[in-house]
Amino acid sequence: MFPLASILFEVVRNGLPAISVGFLTRPTGNITDPSSGIGNAIEGTLILIGMTCLIAVPIGLFAGIYLAEFGDNKFGRTIRFLNDVLGEFPSIVIGILAFSIVVVAIGHFSAMAGAVALSIIMLPIVTRTAEESIKLVPSSIRDAAMALGIRRWRTSLSIVLVTAKDGILTGIMLSIARIAGETAPLLLTVLGSGFFFSGVDQPIDALPLRIFTDYKNSNYPSALAQGWGAALVLVVLVLSLNLGVRFLTRGRSTFARARA
Amino acid sequence: MAVSEEARPKQGKTPARARLASLRFPRRFSCDDVFEASSIIFAGVIVLIIVVTSVFLVRGSVPVLESFGTGFFTGKNWIAAAGSESYSALPFVLGTLVTSAIAVAVGVPLSMGIAIFLAEMAPWSVRNPLSRVIELLAAVPSIVYGLWGLFVFRLWIRDYLETPISNYVGSFPVFQGTPLGLDFLTAGLILAIMIIPTVSSISNDVMMAVPASQREAAYSIGATRWEVVRTGVLGYARSGIFGATILGLGRAVGETMAVTMIIGNIPALPASFFQHGATMASVIANEFSEADPGSLHLSALIGIGLTLFLFALVINVFAQLMVWRVLKVRGGSVE
Repeated sequence: MFPLASILFEVVRNGLPAISVGFLTRPTGNITDPSSGIGNAIEGTLILIGMTCLIAVPIGLFAGIYLAEFGDNKFGRTIRFLNDVLGEFPSIVIGILAFSIVVVAIGHFSAMAGAVALSIIMLPIVTRTAEESIKLVPSSIRDAAMALGIRRWRTSLSIVLVTAKDGILTGIMLSIARIAGETAPLLLTVLGSGFFFSGVDQPIDALPLRIFTDYKNSNYPSALAQGWGAALVLVVLVLSLNLGVRFLTRGRSTFARARA
Repeated sequence: MAVSEEARPKQGKTPARARLASLRFPRRFSCDDVFEASSIIFAGVIVLIIVVTSVFLVRGSVPVLESFGTGFFTGKNWIAAAGSESYSALPFVLGTLVTSAIAVAVGVPLSMGIAIFLAEMAPWSVRNPLSRVIELLAAVPSIVYGLWGLFVFRLWIRDYLETPISNYVGSFPVFQGTPLGLDFLTAGLILAIMIIPTVSSISNDVMMAVPASQREAAYSIGATRWEVVRTGVLGYARSGIFGATILGLGRAVGETMAVTMIIGNIPALPASFFQHGATMASVIANEFSEADPGSLHLSALIGIGLTLFLFALVINVFAQLMVWRVLKVRGGSVE
């Protein structure tokens, strides 16, 4: 497709000159300073991804287990439906939600609020892919476990989940790729900062936020160059996650890919 | 049950009487019930999130609704300057409607073409790589679309589309103004590109779910390839394709960053395609961190969030119902 080729071309053409070891490791600080880098933004994105996974993966897994194992009733169908609806919510509305709960409670913008917002975006994807992968586990495996007298919860957690782990990991990786590029909810929750991580209750930076801040300061040529550099790093991160998943799951169900 | 009871006696630990009791009352309280209950609780988190969202949005927008009443939806002005504050969601609602309408009008026909090509015509060697590329298009973060849109796409639109239109039919009211590229038209067109992956992949799924008998029946009465697609496939998958369109509309309505960077961010009622504007999502992204906590400005922004939430809720519930109805057929049970 033509737009994709053009996007990749422009990002590489404008972003590559900015990339250097110093650029990737130094904090932003003052944007007009020639030694300004995006180390804090890369660190912030990784921290946010980690915190988000800690919140969303367990909930999503259990919700997926529920839908796959016990969800064949009215409540289950409702949950499945609402999960799909939640997955299509505008991310900025989720940003307002995290703002109203976490930012208002703490009194200032924080990494924690960003993680809550991103978790709500990640949750439906993890739930859906977990459910689909668990359903793909052949019933003979489940029957075999039952025949050995293993309890149902043990069967679900140690046998079915382990069998389905490839599909679940695919879903988690794709949802990480999705949240890594989310900007709108972060504007409302973590605010951005020019410095390295200083606590989960403090504002931090993230790659998409750095790009947006640089765009706002784009009358400084150095900020613009930094924005393109950050865009290149972000695109490499997101596309390598996507291509990695594709490489690992060649010939498998395309479901997770179509929905994520 | 019987098998597991046979397997156990070898361990010789469970007293025979207890084993009998478990046979007689197989559904007594156990770890399994705890497991089921806890998984229900986690699933319930999803419901909880939706409920909490609506509660907080309504609560946050009470002050502005109290101050302006229905004027919040019918007024014309959005002035955040202290002293002369006046808030109305109307410019942003209309801005969202205009940009999403452009996105759907341009993006859906293109997506249909791609989906028909992928589902009906493309040989396997083309189908796979092409659908991969379209998936990657969906993976590009919207902030990167924004950057590309601002520095590359905008210039194309300005030079090759808007300037000629402006030169020839610039006297029409909807094409008035200087074409700068920072306007409703460019924002709508970039949204069109962004919804193509969603609409084409779901339409493709839906078309693949059409039973082969539909196509065979059409061929057997002498239909050409196009007639087969039109009557056998599109006719059958109609409601699913409609659902895919509405889902694309949902994406366009909620999309924030790319639009914020391209639309110009002036809260004005849309009159021309070549005019700076704003959408519901873009005004929230732009002004939220500037609004003071507890101020009427913040409440107005949350009020816009509530409006956007309601739009998205209605659109998505409707679309999911449409898509579900068609994909259910795939399981073999024809409605």
